[in-house]
Amino acid sequence: MVETPLIELVDVTRVYPLPSGDVVALDRVSLTINEGEFVAIMGPSGSGKSTLLNQLGCLDRPTSGDLFIRGKNTREMNDRELTGLRLNTIGYIFQRFNLIPLLTAYENVEYPYLMKHRKPDDSGWVDLLLGMVGIDPAMAAHKPPELSGGQQQRVAIARALVNDPALILCDEPTGNLDSVTGHQIMEMLCDLNRKGRTILMVTHDAEVAGYAERTIVMRDGRVT
Amino acid sequence: MKDVILSLSLRSIRIHLLRSVLAALGIVIGVVAISSMGMMGANMTLSVTEELSSMANNLVVRAYSGGGGFGGGPGGGGASGSGDEFITESEFREITKIAEKYGLVYGVQSESDRIEVGDRKGRATVYGLDDRVIPSIFSLSEGTFPKSTSSVVIGPTVASRYSLKTGSRIDIGDPDNGGTTTVRVVGILKERGMSMDVNSDSSIIASQKLFNGIYGREGEYNQVNIILNDINDTQKVKSAILEKMNRKEETVTIQDSSRMLESITSTLGTMTTFVMAIAGISLLVAATSIFNVMMMSVTERVREIGIMRSIGTQKSEIRKMFIYEAVILGTIGATIGALLSLAIGWVVVLAMVGSTDYFFSPSSLVYIPSAMLVGIVICVISGVYPAWRASNLDPIEALRAE
Repeated sequence: MVETPLIELVDVTRVYPLPSGDVVALDRVSLTINEGEFVAIMGPSGSGKSTLLNQLGCLDRPTSGDLFIRGKNTREMNDRELTGLRLNTIGYIFQRFNLIPLLTAYENVEYPYLMKHRKPDDSGWVDLLLGMVGIDPAMAAHKPPELSGGQQQRVAIARALVNDPALILCDEPTGNLDSVTGHQIMEMLCDLNRKGRTILMVTHDAEVAGYAERTIVMRDGRVT
Repeated sequence: MKDVILSLSLRSIRIHLLRSVLAALGIVIGVVAISSMGMMGANMTLSVTEELSSMANNLVVRAYSGGGGFGGGPGGGGASGSGDEFITESEFREITKIAEKYGLVYGVQSESDRIEVGDRKGRATVYGLDDRVIPSIFSLSEGTFPKSTSSVVIGPTVASRYSLKTGSRIDIGDPDNGGTTTVRVVGILKERGMSMDVNSDSSIIASQKLFNGIYGREGEYNQVNIILNDINDTQKVKSAILEKMNRKEETVTIQDSSRMLESITSTLGTMTTFVMAIAGISLLVAATSIFNVMMMSVTERVREIGIMRSIGTQKSEIRKMFIYEAVILGTIGATIGALLSLAIGWVVVLAMVGSTDYFFSPSSLVYIPSAMLVGIVICVISGVYPAWRASNLDPIEALRAE
């Protein structure tokens, strides 16, 4: 099978200028992630894994080096195009779930769909996704603060999938969950990967990283 | 399309209801203040204009009295006696010839004289007018217009001062100096207010025949009045008369009231603008309040903005969310303000102008939508910076916010 690169990092460096001196969070990182891979990024705190995830999620720009997503250099993209990439190509799952507190679970999932299609979902796709992650319609009518951590993360997974992204980025997806719920969420991610999704997950938990088929270890801003 | 951004703005307002209501209250007060003051000014202008416009189409021709401006009021020229200060019969005819196709031309004779009613004595202006003209200039509140050479109509001020009714008798003249003439009141005129042509409220109006019978001043007019059919002919008629009459020497001067009207309405306009500007300060206070609410909203929602940005919301949409919030607050505030303006404006106009006859006229009501628009625009302006700030937040920093 021919492996198609979804993401390519070429000598990506991210430096944070601080009054006390520059901090190099990413140091000439080069990396390729192919379509359909499930990759875990591990490393101790401050190793640069979150900075790397922010680069991959197009939330930040490299100080130097190039990041290609599906062959397109993000350096040449403006803010509007990068935002479009986050909407259409990337699904983000956060440790703190990051659901919009003013919207119900259903509306949270529907939100990126509305942003992309400019019309409500009348095909039942949002309901299907919510059902798939185990959120029933009654639960979907609740706002995030009324849901448990596990339920919120399920809603966040449904939201990440609603625009059918090529890449799912997970930042410590089980970090705020108990072990049973954490296991269920990981099973869900594995299932998505089996269905062809590319998943990139940051974790410091070796057990969680065990679900991935490849593990990248970072230390001092470098891939070791 | 279901506008999720609008829905987020509405929900944010609903969640912070008290804060939003207080911010909108500022706009309510501002809109009420501006529109009420504007309506008061408009009603005042309309009321004064209406009062003055009855004489705006009047031209008053007087004999030239040596460059001293307009020679006083009724009787001013005549009482002093010199024949040069009257308009003669032939001059009157010439003026009539020029102006009659533009309106009604009539000569006015007047004298200030002693009057006696029973045992009450005083002074009043006696006018002598063509009896065919009298009904077309004045309106009666009771009685009829004079038909005989011994009957007069009187102004309401004279009537109330001397307790005169139709049928009452007045002795005009000084018994020690030329004797008196007794006349009968056949009608009382309606109040006419300040007027440039004939000040009828405190006068006795007699026919020319009666006037000349008392004073023996046939063919001597204190002034010639012209009531123009079309106010736009003012300058044409004025210059035609001046050209003809003053060709050889300065014979007549003409006073027209359009300039006075212009000056009064312009003064009222300036006053209205000034009062509205003061009322506008309340809108500036409201703007500060809206700005404050919006900045608080941005600060409280930093994390939410970070989430929205990270899952693909454009900066323009974030800006829209806050602008919507400002527009909603402004629209609600301005609408309530507009409704209240109808009630409060009515009270203000009634208290300050004394009449609400013109309250519903377009030039009065126009201040309500105008004030609404100003209120909404001020809200939007107040929301621009907070919206800009929100949209330019760094998503990573915003996501870290607690």
